[in-house]
Amino acid sequence: MEEFAALIDALVYTRSRNEKLRLIAEYLQATPDPDRGWALAALSDGLDFPAVKSSTIRNLLKDRIDPVLWTLSRDFVGDTAETASLLWPAPKESPSPPTVSETVELLLAMNRKSVVTELPKLLDRLDSRGRYALLKLATGGMRIGVSSRLAKTAFAQSFDVSVEDVEEYWHGLSPPYADLFAWAADGAAPPDIENLPTFRPFMLAHPLEETVVDLEDYAAEWKWDGIRVQLVRAGKGDSGETRLFSRSGDDISATFPELLDVLPMNAVLDGELLVRGNVQGGEAGGAASFNALQQRLGRKTVSKKMLKDYPAFVRLYDVLLLEGEDLRPLPWEQRRGRLEALASRLPASHFDISSVVEATDFEHLSQIREGSREDAIEGLMLKRKDSPYIAGRRVGYWYKWKRDPLLVDCVLMYAQRGSGKRSSFFSDYTFGCWDGDPDKGADLLPVGKAYSGFTDEELKKLDRHVRGNTVNRFGPVRETDKSLVFEVAFDSVHESKRHKSGLAMRFPRIHRIRWDKPPHEADRIEALRALIAD
Amino acid sequence: MAAPFSWIKPEPHGIYIPPADCWVDPSRAVDNALVTHGHADHARGGHGQTVATPETLAIMELRYRTGAEDDAGEIPHKAVPVEYSETIRLKGGVDATYIPAGHVLGSAQILLEHAGERVIVTGDYKRRADPTCPPFEVTACDIFITEATFGLPVFEHPPIEEEMRKLLGRLAAHPDRCVLVGAYALGKAQRVIAELRSAGHEEPIYLHGAMEKMCRLYEEHGVNLGELRLVADAKKDDLRGHIVISPPSALNDRWSRRLPEPITAMASGWMRVRQRARQRNVELPLVISDHADWSELTRTILEVDAQENWITHGREDALLRWCQLHQRRAKALALVGYEDEDD
Repeated sequence: MEEFAALIDALVYTRSRNEKLRLIAEYLQATPDPDRGWALAALSDGLDFPAVKSSTIRNLLKDRIDPVLWTLSRDFVGDTAETASLLWPAPKESPSPPTVSETVELLLAMNRKSVVTELPKLLDRLDSRGRYALLKLATGGMRIGVSSRLAKTAFAQSFDVSVEDVEEYWHGLSPPYADLFAWAADGAAPPDIENLPTFRPFMLAHPLEETVVDLEDYAAEWKWDGIRVQLVRAGKGDSGETRLFSRSGDDISATFPELLDVLPMNAVLDGELLVRGNVQGGEAGGAASFNALQQRLGRKTVSKKMLKDYPAFVRLYDVLLLEGEDLRPLPWEQRRGRLEALASRLPASHFDISSVVEATDFEHLSQIREGSREDAIEGLMLKRKDSPYIAGRRVGYWYKWKRDPLLVDCVLMYAQRGSGKRSSFFSDYTFGCWDGDPDKGADLLPVGKAYSGFTDEELKKLDRHVRGNTVNRFGPVRETDKSLVFEVAFDSVHESKRHKSGLAMRFPRIHRIRWDKPPHEADRIEALRALIAD
Repeated sequence: MAAPFSWIKPEPHGIYIPPADCWVDPSRAVDNALVTHGHADHARGGHGQTVATPETLAIMELRYRTGAEDDAGEIPHKAVPVEYSETIRLKGGVDATYIPAGHVLGSAQILLEHAGERVIVTGDYKRRADPTCPPFEVTACDIFITEATFGLPVFEHPPIEEEMRKLLGRLAAHPDRCVLVGAYALGKAQRVIAELRSAGHEEPIYLHGAMEKMCRLYEEHGVNLGELRLVADAKKDDLRGHIVISPPSALNDRWSRRLPEPITAMASGWMRVRQRARQRNVELPLVISDHADWSELTRTILEVDAQENWITHGREDALLRWCQLHQRRAKALALVGYEDEDD
């Protein structure tokens, strides 16, 4: 555990990507199995120990130090694991750190009850740095500036294999990745994933921004407002199994059971998960709003009524694998041909195909995009006709060209400290609009929350504004004097019972900070209400 | 008779003493100021008269040219030096005594006495040994007005020897690079240099230009800093294997590009928190502070044992809570204008 803790600490303090790669590679080479496999899992996707939650740690600490002092400390540090590692009372005996695998075994063996006595024992065996590594490992998500992709790249570099191959096998394997290490480090046969319903990394798009493309080379498709999914069926003969994965590779099959026995052949399909309706693109569009889909998301079990009221289907964008054949190296145009041919073999009840948007030239396409808000569609995708299907985001192949955001002027009301990179800065802002005429004494009602859209320099200024203009404190929340106007950009606004204003924004972010604008000139709730789309 | 302690008033811009018409560490220009130490958030320029230790006055003169003549050839600022332990009688029967605070060169707590009542304003202080200034002296009083910069239990400054070992260890491991240490130009920089000398590091230490005058001032006041050179006078290769000290603001500045593959370090109490170090792009965090850490703050409150503690300048909430838990009377003051970002 000491080497792992040292690695974590070094990674925290390293800026350079190459240096991070070197540190991880060095660790993976020097560390025996299965320790290095667990470490790789922790650095990439994170490990899940159901018994250990952030709240578990919080409760352990609140038993040991005053709860108010704990809360104030946690609020300042911005990270539960780090706060706990600093505040944990130093053990009387000198530390006797466990190995990474021993740690993992002990954590796996804990349940909600035993964790209360077992986790402290483990913490007592470590110094402050070790406690930090342990708690980060135990709660998943390290948030130390190492992405899953970076960890996999380090693995690939460390054993001189291609990162594409690592990505390909990755989702068919599970920690501590014995087969992966056997293949990469010891030259064993590559892991066999062909007959497993395994997630393949998505091809992603860059925002178009100022780029102009030639429609000779690029095809346009609608960008539907659902969630991007991958439907995978694999297995021999009738024993094939279908699974549905979200964009991040999470298995969401259980949430959409109606899609699990409708794919008649082995395939890996890329598409948009939608609910039947007539909002997106009108009658012809055949899809309900994102709000309707949201009724179905995140449920562990699904009622018959849900299935009936919000029937889900997949609008296909692409085909990656088909009946044992890997189509990904083919140009998009050819894959599109295969997809169109395939569509006729799929039940129309659960599949359709996202049509190509025809336009005479870029200017024409731009006009079509202007109408996408009216059609309740998120925007357009532009795909290079000769692009292979490549994991991740490659410059020049795919672009997303979203409809322009809506803008509204809001007043900063409350601020909270951020976490991670923004720890100790007031970086989470709640803002409101006027519930009437501010010059006649109307109040502000909160309409949303945002923590992005500003630069680091602006963050420092905002932080100073909050500190200097606090009128009230509610625990970690600062109420400000309502003197600052934000121009807030958002994608759409919906009715919501969650907020007092009855409205909820989608993807709100700070578009501009209006240091110059007097707060009474900010927008009223009615202005925002008028923008409701569904 | 006036109500107890009616002669001392915490105002947003400092502590005001009405009978003496005098402010302690005011954050804006006033006619009469008592200044605890030379840091910019305590010692502002533009006062009519400043009472402070001779060292603090020298620092203020260096920073604000308070000794400069105006157009009429007059020196508008009046400097009133007070030695440690010396008592000065202010207007309205208020006595002020300057007592070492152990924070930086010249730093003092100010003991104010009036009508048999005793109030101490600590300014900033620490309880660790510091080769550049005399140590904090615990002094009995009725009201103890304490800073709380590091007033959270997560703040525990390790022994400075440990941090010096970390710094010198990293330097030795990379003889072809230099270690660039960000340190506050007044106090922290000189303390780090002096501690490096105590740790046996006799090599020349290179300075950012902004450090030079303050280091010279320290040496004039008897603090030996060994051989110091300016980065501006050195060739890039001369700096390999050496320690360079700059203000924190220069760490990620264009200025640092002239250095040979610098390892970025920062000497600050905030370095205790990993994310704080990351925000500064610091690779080698050195937890070195000129402020009291949590245990020093709480220990000092116990040792001074005042009837009442007024908490200011930092994380008041937590120290206030601690006082409640330990049955100590306390309240938080809302003073404006104190910055703590660079310690």
